[in-house]
Amino acid sequence: MAGRLKATKKMKRIMRNYYMEAKYSKYLGKKVAWITSGGPVEPLIAMGVIPVYPENHGAMIGASKMGGRLSEYAEGLGYSQDVCSYVKDDITSSITKESPIKGGLPEPDMLICSNNICGTVLKWYEIQARKFNVPLFIYDTPFVHTEFTDEARDYVNEQTKEYIRFLEKTLGKKFNYKKMNLVGKRSLHAMKLWKEVLNTAAHKPSPMTAFDAFFHLALIVTLRGKKIVITYYQSLLKELQERNKQNIGAVDNEKYRLLWDNLPIWFRMRWLSEKFASHNAALVADTYTQAWCGVIDYIDENDFLGTMGEAYTRIHLNVGVDQMADTIKGFILQYDVDGLVMHSNRSCKPYSFGQYDIQNLIKEMDIPVLMIESDMTDDRKFAESQVEARIDAFMEVIKQKRKEKSEG
Amino acid sequence: MKEENSLSLFREIAADPYAYLRRLKEETGVKMIGSTCTYTPEEVIIAAGAHPFRISGQSQTLSNSDAHLQAYSCSMVRCMLEDGLSGKLDFADGVVFPHACDSLQRLSDIWRLNIKSLHFDVLLPVKLDSEISKNYFVKVIGRFKNDIEKALNATITNQALQDAIALMNSIRSSMEKLYKIRSENPSIIKGEDMAAIVKASMVMDKKECSAALQEVVGMLSGNENKKDGRKRILISGSICSHPDIYNIIENKDAVVVWDDLCSGTRYFEGVIKGENDALEAIAHRFTERYVCPAKHLGVEFQMANMKKIIKEHNIDAVLFIFVKFCEPFSFDYPDMKNELQKMKIPFLMVEMDQHNHVDEQLHTRIDTLLEIM
Ligand code: SF4
Ligand code: SF4
Repeated sequence: MAGRLKATKKMKRIMRNYYMEAKYSKYLGKKVAWITSGGPVEPLIAMGVIPVYPENHGAMIGASKMGGRLSEYAEGLGYSQDVCSYVKDDITSSITKESPIKGGLPEPDMLICSNNICGTVLKWYEIQARKFNVPLFIYDTPFVHTEFTDEARDYVNEQTKEYIRFLEKTLGKKFNYKKMNLVGKRSLHAMKLWKEVLNTAAHKPSPMTAFDAFFHLALIVTLRGKKIVITYYQSLLKELQERNKQNIGAVDNEKYRLLWDNLPIWFRMRWLSEKFASHNAALVADTYTQAWCGVIDYIDENDFLGTMGEAYTRIHLNVGVDQMADTIKGFILQYDVDGLVMHSNRSCKPYSFGQYDIQNLIKEMDIPVLMIESDMTDDRKFAESQVEARIDAFMEVIKQKRKEKSEG
Repeated sequence: MKEENSLSLFREIAADPYAYLRRLKEETGVKMIGSTCTYTPEEVIIAAGAHPFRISGQSQTLSNSDAHLQAYSCSMVRCMLEDGLSGKLDFADGVVFPHACDSLQRLSDIWRLNIKSLHFDVLLPVKLDSEISKNYFVKVIGRFKNDIEKALNATITNQALQDAIALMNSIRSSMEKLYKIRSENPSIIKGEDMAAIVKASMVMDKKECSAALQEVVGMLSGNENKKDGRKRILISGSICSHPDIYNIIENKDAVVVWDDLCSGTRYFEGVIKGENDALEAIAHRFTERYVCPAKHLGVEFQMANMKKIIKEHNIDAVLFIFVKFCEPFSFDYPDMKNELQKMKIPFLMVEMDQHNHVDEQLHTRIDTLLEIM
């Protein structure tokens, strides 16, 4: 067995230090901004602000199996049972301080919200802006159903400038364009490395699984623009390339390769990975972690500020279902997968609605699709025996298909 | 009685809006453009010589839409899609999708991929409180105008836009007058009829609607103010077009005197000001009237707006009616609730599984609120 990636330990250390720094920001004379996962973080880094991601925190809450309980508490305050559990986890944790990180997230000095992932974050950040009584900046990215219009481009570019004015005002200092230049380059470099990391999974057997990707994603989300992200992904990449050289697969005796769609089910990662591995199946890629390197082509490294608007607007969750299906088709070919597993995520409507149509749109690829209905952190919405039976049945279909093909 | 006549026109249309539209199409041949949200710039459609109407999600069973949308999507979106897929909207030439919530956003994609008709995405901003977004809003309306012109092979003149604005203004101001008359004098017309008027006005031929509304307003105004001692209720939420709710409330010695619903004041609130540039004028109404929770006009807007309504209309209690699975509306609720508690205003929140169906449980819960008061 390949065992754990060595980089994992390092990653844990980096994340621990990062949260420590955020926690003691006040003593370090630094400001903390809460920001959405798809938000434009680079200008914050350039200004020395510590970005904190409630969604990353939500993932940690989910992985620590606290999601159901924290959601339930928020429901007691009047939040609906049927809304995004990241929001409920965060609302609860910001009140009760329950969290896998001692004392929960450090309180924000400002909030930065981009709706390129969903409209939910808008409501979420409004709620927290009221609670913490801090300034809120909204980076509004018009949805790209079929085209990215000229006026939308102007709109986001104007907002990049508005964002900088907001930061100058909130922080009471001039924007550091020189630093921004460096941060922009580093950010792009990190995204390219992240892409290379994910690309290593095209190798057979795959040196990593989507579960690894979900874990190692944290840095590209939270700290892109910082040097440490680059050095970290360089070492991770080296480790994966080494595995490929020696044909070491993440899953023993990998026979079947699968693609995952939507957010992970954070509280069932191990169970799911073992379940699939018991069928000699590896989830080699996913649409979620790819979102942090899917827009590289839109960024000009010499004009990060001038091009980030388009890049942030065109991310996977902010485009039409047919474009999402095209992306999935691309992954099916690139990673040569035998099946698609779709997490129908009750929390995340923009990611989940349209999944049936994606299935229709990729019919020509002729691969089986499994849909698991659950939630990324709310463990009350997971029916183990049902999911297990469905995975078994799905794997039977895939095995059968392989057999027919080889006998073909 | 003449009053009864114009009321019965509204009632009849509200009872079966699609039958009315089908007839209108047969009689006039006018191009029919459906809309999925109150952010549709209807003036532009009217100025192109077409007829804008609201798709209200009439379907009760969802056999077609289930193949496209998970059961945890709100009934508005599922029923609208069902209307489209099942052919109930076969008279429609096109549909407009203004950007509002996540669910409507995906509905647009699914619609475009499965239902053959003209398709218009109106990529509105969500933040409305900055100059940059206001400018962008105007450009989006401009693009919609070009899209409509191209799709319908029509030319939209500034004059036509100004005329459409005047027509919609007359409808909006009549509607507002009507609401105000009723707030002053709640027994003058039944809540059920008010709901029917708004619902019908969202589909009716605009000239016919304007005339009929003026008639109703004319007949109801001039009556002396009669606050009748019944508890005064504000309904808050997205869509509540079900007449039964008003009756349940009125049977309990209370009366709905105001609402902030998409199927109510949010549809007609805000008269367009006389500005030179018609597109700007249209956009400004949307950024100045009170906004849908899916849009942003500062972090306190919804609470402040509710307080204002409570004061202006002497509200005794608030009934929140949410469509199950709806995020934008439900996220504001806990903070609104806290405000109401501070103000000592009783309230109740009910979730409707289906926006077009009132079940026993809902009935009982509303009864309970009114009894507690
Ligand atoms: S899970 Fe989905 S709905 Fe929730 S914050 Fe993330 S993108 Fe938005
Ligand atoms: S009821 Fe809510 S979720 Fe449904 S369409 Fe309206 S705003 Fe969107």
